[in-house]
Order: sequence, then C-alpha cells, then structure tokens
Amino acid sequence: MKYASRIYLCLIFGILYIPIVTLILFSFNATDSTSVFGGFSLMWYKELFASPDTFIALRNTLILAVCSSLLATVIGTAAAEGIYRMKSKLFKRALTSVTNIPMMNPDIVTGMSMMLFFVALVGILGIEYENFGFTAMLIAHTTFSLPYVILNVLPRVEDFGKSLSEAAMDLGCTPLQSFFKVELPNLMPGVLSGLMMAFTLSLDDFVISYFVGSSSFQTLPLLIYSMTKKKVTPDMYALSTLIVVTIFVLLIVSNVRNGKKNRKGGAKK
Amino acid sequence: MLFADDGICLKMKKNKSLMHSIAAAPHIFWAALFIVVPLLIVVYYAFTDVEGGFSMENIFGLTEYFDIFLLSLELAVIATFVCLLVGYPMAYFIAKADPKMQKIYMMLLMLPMWTNLLIRTYSIMAILDDGGFLNTLLGTELHIIGTKGAVIFGMVYDFLPYMVLPIYTCISKINKNMWEAASDLGCSPLQVLTKVILPLSLSGIISGVTMVLVPCISTFYISQKLGGGTFELIGDTIERQFVSGTLNVGAALSFVMMILILISLWVMHKFSDGQEGGIVP
Repeated sequence: MKYASRIYLCLIFGILYIPIVTLILFSFNATDSTSVFGGFSLMWYKELFASPDTFIALRNTLILAVCSSLLATVIGTAAAEGIYRMKSKLFKRALTSVTNIPMMNPDIVTGMSMMLFFVALVGILGIEYENFGFTAMLIAHTTFSLPYVILNVLPRVEDFGKSLSEAAMDLGCTPLQSFFKVELPNLMPGVLSGLMMAFTLSLDDFVISYFVGSSSFQTLPLLIYSMTKKKVTPDMYALSTLIVVTIFVLLIVSNVRNGKKNRKGGAKK
Repeated sequence: MLFADDGICLKMKKNKSLMHSIAAAPHIFWAALFIVVPLLIVVYYAFTDVEGGFSMENIFGLTEYFDIFLLSLELAVIATFVCLLVGYPMAYFIAKADPKMQKIYMMLLMLPMWTNLLIRTYSIMAILDDGGFLNTLLGTELHIIGTKGAVIFGMVYDFLPYMVLPIYTCISKINKNMWEAASDLGCSPLQVLTKVILPLSLSGIISGVTMVLVPCISTFYISQKLGGGTFELIGDTIERQFVSGTLNVGAALSFVMMILILISLWVMHKFSDGQEGGIVP
C-alpha cells in the first residue's frame, strides 16, 4: 500500500512537472526552436535582458502588488474589526456576501464589470483611460484581494474576543491605543498571511488585469500574454524560467523559516 | 463618585463603538463603489442597446450562444470530475504520508499553483503541439492540439492543485482516532475510506469542486492555446466581445454566467451544510 501510494504520487507529480521542466530546458536552447534542442546557450536570457519591456513590466508588477496588497490589508483588517462588532446580523451577512462576490465570481465577469465601471468613470471625470492605467489596476487588484484578507483576519479577531481590549481600555488606553498595543500584535499572523495572499494574487493575476489594464501600464502576466500571441521564441521561456525559479526559492525560504519557527515553538513548550 | 465613574465608562463605551463602526466604513464604501456599482453597470449594459435605450435584444440574442454554453459546461464538468478522480487519492495519500514527506509534497503542489497560468498552459501547448516536443521525441505525427481531450487535459493540469489542497486540508484535520476506531470496530481499510473518511471530507470536496469548476467554465486562455483556434468556449465569446467592442453582448453573457454560477454555488453550499450537520452534530 505504501509503495502503491508513492508510485501514484510520483506519477502525478511527474506529469505535473514535465511541462515546467521542458520549458526550463528549452530556455537554454541555442536555436530558436521550442521542440528540438540544439545545444546549450544563454542567448535568450541576454535577449530578454536587452529589452526594456521586461524591466518595466517587472517594476510595474512589483509596485502594483506592493501597493494593492498593503491597501487591501489595511482596509480589510479594519473591516474585520468592524464586522466582528457589528450589531445587526442581517447587515453583517449582507456585507460579507457582497465582499465575497469577487472571490466567487469568475475572474472574467469581475474583469468585465470593472472595465465597464472604469470606462464610465473615465467618461464622467473626463480623463483619458491611458492616463488612468495604474489607478484602475490598483483599484481592481485591491478589490479582488480584499475578501482574502478578511478571510484570514476575521477568524483571528473572533478568537481574540473583546475582553482583552476592554481590559486595556479600562486601564486607560484609548480605543486606538488598545487596538495597536493589545489587539494588533495578536492578530499579526492572520494579517501577515492575508498580506502574503493578496501579494501573490496580485502578482499572478492575468484575467482581471487583461480586461482592466491599458497599454500604459503593463505587468508581467500581460507581457507574457502578448509574447504568446505571436510566434513564440525561447525568450518567453527564459522569462518564465526566471519566474518559476524565483517562486521556487521563495517557497523553500518560507518553508525553512516556518520549520525553524515550529521547532522553536515546540522547544519552548 | 460612583455616578461619575459610570458616566466616564458610558462615554468610553460610546467612543469605542463609534470607532468600531468607523472601522468598517472604508470597506463598506469600497465594496459599494467597486463591487456593487460595477455589477449594476453590467446589468445596465446587458439591458440596453448601443445607443443606451432599454432593450431585451442582448438577453434574447443569447440563444445564439446556447451550444457554446453547453460545450463549456460539458468540458468543465468532465475536467472537474477528472480532477476529483485524480486529486482525491493524491490528497488522501499525502495526508497519510509521514509529516516530513507531507511538507515536501505540499511544496511540490504549491509551485505549479504559484506559477502563472499562462506559463503552465503555454508549456503544455509547446509539448503537445504538432511539431512539438512530444512528437519530436516519439518521431510521430500525433494531432493533439485542437481536440476536446487537449482542452480537458489543460484544465486538469492547470487546476488540479486547487482540488487537492482543500481535500488534503480536510482529510488531515480528521481526528486520527476515528481511523483507528473504525478499523477496531471491524472496518476494512477500504470501508474506513468510504464510510468514514469520504463523508468527513465532503466539505473539502465541495470547495475543491467549486475552485476547479468556476475557472474551468470561464477560461479563455486554455481553449485559445490548446483548442488551436477551433474551440470557442463561453470565456472566449466574452473575450471576443471585449476585443471587438460589442460590450452590451459581452455584458449580457457575463450577467447570465454570473447568475448561473452564483445560483449553483449557493445550491452546493446549502447541500454541503445539510450534509455536515447530519454527520457531525
């Protein structure tokens, strides 16, 4: 049984990884073919780094991910506080349902709705959509990240309860002080995982950015999309390889750090 | 003195509740402006013509896309089913492995999940293509791209981790004593699986199915690349309306798709709530 399960897992993981491995392999190809390997070379990486588009897209992606995840975390954490203390059950349920709509809805519908909204907004404000690129993306990414932040923070707020912050206020803290000094440190794990999730979702998003974005603000997924529209040369493979390797390193680092933390926690107990 | 204290307490309580009602305010504002209003605009576009007058034409015109809707549903349901079939044993085996291996398996599962969907889809296409890696390697001329099978394979490949993850989380939360109790009371390993683990992991299955089904139905990149231009799914249709600028039809399609998906999600959650309540009181 044990061997059977190992073989099964190896087989499925094998299939899952073959495409990624071939992609990495052909990024080192000396010819422009994506099916016949003609020797090792780094020429596609050189070509990739020679084009300014890559760097602009990378910079845009990072700026957008940082800004939208921070914004979503601030609004979402405050919202979790407010939702937990809401008196009207009906309003609470209505608000959480509305918040969850972007999570439930297919991306394409969210993208479509936001695009139509921005077109209308731009019309009202009388500005060019081109100049609105970053703002539109920021609003869209924050909106689809928000439910994930609340999902991570709200259970923490519920676990924490009201008594400690009330105690802090009885001892003379203002409501804000009690939140920042007493409650927030306890919510931190949830807030951080919400932030992380919002960040990765923003990095990874293609569909909503595709609908909302304009040519003035291109992100990496949009760049990859435009690269796969025409005949693909291995420079797209080189870009993908770099992305995959970065994610792999980040995953290992975060896992090792978590492992260490767990061991420390265990030793203390 | 006593009264004065009470007065201060009351004032502070008021202060606090004021702060807490303000806390959710930015979010309420955000949700109203950027979730509700855009959806209302979709409804507005769906029921108007290009000039902005009321019209049912877009909605009635959708009958034209009925076949595409059915095809999308068919492919998505098959892909979700295959994901469940392949993913459930995976989740089960991972949950049963020793903790150190579990971590490694989880990492192996996360990496493709975090890799952009475009990259994953494109890499399959490069392998399966007519002059692609597979055909070069085998020296054959298999024609795979453009078949239903290729599109389904792409969906399964792209979304399998989304099926495995919730089921794994659910199974690993099941108390180990349950397994032992069941086998002590005479269940065979297979019976333990079907009578104890499967019912207890139902909520994981439900969330896995939703996480796979929704993106499968609405995808357009997978069908574009692996369908070889011969397939049009509902996602492709919406994207085409977006590119060509016939936004009213696109909005009508989005509107109908949203309603259908929200209804089916709601039904599924009702169903899973009832089940859970029945088994675990």
